[in-house]
Amino acid sequence: MTTYTTKQVTDLVNGELDWDSLHQMLSMPKDRERYEQYIGVLQQQVDWEERIILPLGPHLFIAENDDQSLVTKCRCGHDFGDYRQNWKLNALIYVRDDVEKMSQVYPKLMAPHTDWQVYREYYCPTCGTMHDVEAPTPWYPVIHDFQPNLKAFFEWLGMPAPAQA
Amino acid sequence: MTIMNKITEGSATGSLLKSGLSLNDHRNLVLQRTQETGFYDGRETLELKESDPIAYERIFSKLRAGLVNSREVAKKIAASPIVEQEGELCFTLYNVAGDCIATSTGIIIHVGTMGAAIKYMIQNNWEANPGINPGDMFTNNDCQIGNVHPCDIATIVPIFHEGLLVGWVGGVTHVIDVGAVGPGSMSNGQIQRFGDGVQITCRKTGVNDTPLRDWLHESQRNVRTPKYWILDEKTRIAGCHMIRDLVEETIREEGIEAYEQFSMEVVEDGRRGLTSRIKSMTIPGTYKTVSFVDVPYAHEDVAVPSPFAKVDTIMHAPCEITVKPDATWRLDFEGCSRWGWHTYNANPVAFTSGIWVMMTQTLVPTERINDGARYATEFRLPKGTWTNPDDRRTAHADAWHFLVSSWSSLWRGISRSYFGRGYLEEVNAGNSNPCNWLQGGGINQEGEIHAVNSFETAACGTGACAVKDGLNHAAAIWNPEGDMGDIEIWELAEPLLYMGRTVKTNSGGYGKYRGGLGFETLRMVWGSADWTMFFMGNGYMNSDWGLMGGYPSATGYRFEAHDTGLLERIQEGMSLPLGKDLNPDHPTFEQHIDADAQVKRDKQCITTEAIFENGDLYLNYLRGGPGFGDPLDRDPAAVEEDLNQNFLLPEYAEKVYAVAISRDESGHWSVDRKATALRRKAARLERIARGTPTRQWMEQERSKILDHDASVQVKQMFASSFALSAEFLNEFKTFWDLPAEWELTEESLDIPMFGAKHHMDLSELPDVHPVIMTEQ
Repeated sequence: MTTYTTKQVTDLVNGELDWDSLHQMLSMPKDRERYEQYIGVLQQQVDWEERIILPLGPHLFIAENDDQSLVTKCRCGHDFGDYRQNWKLNALIYVRDDVEKMSQVYPKLMAPHTDWQVYREYYCPTCGTMHDVEAPTPWYPVIHDFQPNLKAFFEWLGMPAPAQA
Repeated sequence: MTIMNKITEGSATGSLLKSGLSLNDHRNLVLQRTQETGFYDGRETLELKESDPIAYERIFSKLRAGLVNSREVAKKIAASPIVEQEGELCFTLYNVAGDCIATSTGIIIHVGTMGAAIKYMIQNNWEANPGINPGDMFTNNDCQIGNVHPCDIATIVPIFHEGLLVGWVGGVTHVIDVGAVGPGSMSNGQIQRFGDGVQITCRKTGVNDTPLRDWLHESQRNVRTPKYWILDEKTRIAGCHMIRDLVEETIREEGIEAYEQFSMEVVEDGRRGLTSRIKSMTIPGTYKTVSFVDVPYAHEDVAVPSPFAKVDTIMHAPCEITVKPDATWRLDFEGCSRWGWHTYNANPVAFTSGIWVMMTQTLVPTERINDGARYATEFRLPKGTWTNPDDRRTAHADAWHFLVSSWSSLWRGISRSYFGRGYLEEVNAGNSNPCNWLQGGGINQEGEIHAVNSFETAACGTGACAVKDGLNHAAAIWNPEGDMGDIEIWELAEPLLYMGRTVKTNSGGYGKYRGGLGFETLRMVWGSADWTMFFMGNGYMNSDWGLMGGYPSATGYRFEAHDTGLLERIQEGMSLPLGKDLNPDHPTFEQHIDADAQVKRDKQCITTEAIFENGDLYLNYLRGGPGFGDPLDRDPAAVEEDLNQNFLLPEYAEKVYAVAISRDESGHWSVDRKATALRRKAARLERIARGTPTRQWMEQERSKILDHDASVQVKQMFASSFALSAEFLNEFKTFWDLPAEWELTEESLDIPMFGAKHHMDLSELPDVHPVIMTEQ
């Protein structure tokens, strides 16, 4: 099994990894150490001390607070609440639901017709990062994309699970 | 999983296997042992693999290489560019029970569909009648058995050793025309099976390695393109016979015991392979995804034979993926909308087997794809939905339209796993809905009856990755080796000249990494006598979404022009439209055709046959892929590059990427880094200013729901899902905190609802035992 240096994983996270290494990562069996290296790189990139448990997006993480509670957290530090709850419900939403709003992102003929489909953009209330764009029909419930089973995941990793997983 | 009762009917039953069991009883025992032990056929120990790994690998390598080689050789027989250029064929080897051992490259969805046909023959006692003998050939394309759509024709050949059955080989090609109401392999004017083209149900079509004359005469006259049909069949037969020879050679070299043992162990090996990959790459938990497709049939340019199909509807495909702690997984499609009066319905086998096409491009990128993966996966496809129709009238000619859309959401789900574990290189924001499908027919430039289905769509944009942009005009989800094909070959096959073929600006979804761009080709009808064409794709909606802040790709639109005066303009040396429809909001094609030309420029991307005269124009716009990550994170240098490559319209560089741009006298674009940083800071503040707390917005949306304020097609979609799924209805009402008495029924919408209440399933036909391999 191939392993990678911290520098290579850092470059990967930053989108700067050379193609040969990236191709190797794609074609070789997966390196088990990746999770730890990856978390290490990300932990260095955030300004806060809480431990990153699981990245949910480029700027969104499940993190463990000092009191061992697990929350969804923005890179800027904004706390979206308990990780078992859908973070989107505590975000800001902007819905592109008419021609004018859609035309800000695509030419009219290349955008959805809002009688059929809308774009729902979810922003961090503190830093304005767009963490997700949903493209459902009107009326569609907000999607709770992912509920990880952290206990089982850490068992797979062979690592101790967070206390409140 | 169906386990049929013992079959004893027929004097020939039980003569094909050394055990004396009927094929059905043999298969039942395999299923029972699998069910009881959790290991395929109860094979907890892989004896051959463990005792003689070299022999095991030798057999695998020989068979796999032979399958690939047979495909490559056989496809040279075909004249159809769909097969010869695009590689729309596949060969697969099965064990006696009809489970796949190994497959070639190509359209590997047919690992499952041909397996389902073999299982259907087993379960419906083909061994007694019509009999299964050395030298036989069976042909199947029946969508109610599991085929994706009628144009995928499978030839299945049993393989014998010393008079006993040792397996099966199947070969499939995507034919150009299958004799449906409309021309083209995936036409969409028909709304029922009875107009979907010829359907052959595991029919014995050859004996002693020779196709039967009645079959040859009948089948050729049932399609518009017999020349291609005949050569496609020769392709399939040649490939199957090459593989049969290969198996016979392998048995001579390795011995029959080793071969038979291998043919069972390799399936268990495949099952373990999937669980191993799940454990090494994913995260246990629950993933929820959803996708939609517009079915805009109320429009005047959609001509269908039955008035009850003239209604706008939306396909709804929610999916809950559960990755379990034991590294198996479950895909549950509870809440899907009902099947419909169109050609996009799918059979459960098409659905489940197709998923492996996608998985081989992500979770199991291995040559060891076989039926083992299916045994490690639980599928639930509720009966009555478009994924599992409960009516034998359904049409399936373009089942892909719904299938590929529903899979795009699965990419997103799985990609969350890869992202969480740091395998960023595997993240894919989704797949484009590969369309448009340019189809049509009539009398071609050779004066012959003809039909076309341009497979340029085999090269759409791919989804963005978490570390790089998607690939431009590169691939299609259904054929990992897709290709757009050579212009010169398409011009030979179609009476349509290329006025241009160029990248489709602004078609990839925006993001930190953008989706791959699609492309567009402008075709001018030339040399035809009588000619029709139609459009087939998404327009009012798109089925991909973007991931983690990325945007969906652009939707489709339609451009066609009639009475263009182009033939005269060419003669007079006047300017011509040359293929680039840079910004459809500011069209330019119209400046190069007659002012009184009849132009259709709109979002109606599904139409039925329209008459095209020589000199008329048709824009084939092949879609882009979805984006990844917040567009404000995109490297300004990448935006600059996109502008200079003509990949992005400047207006959207400013609006979406919030870059400060300028253009010099030579036309070169530059992005001012410093000014961009300031603009992006302001853009983030603008988001905060225009955003509403989600819970507050939910109150507004809830009011609309209480008032039933939505378009009819949206309400029809929800009503159709509610009627089939109390669970989905309950989730919906709970989420929106709706009063107990709130309801939405199709009856209240004043639209035709044929099939909603009255239907008849295939299983209600006499002496028919459908093969069921999923929960429903």
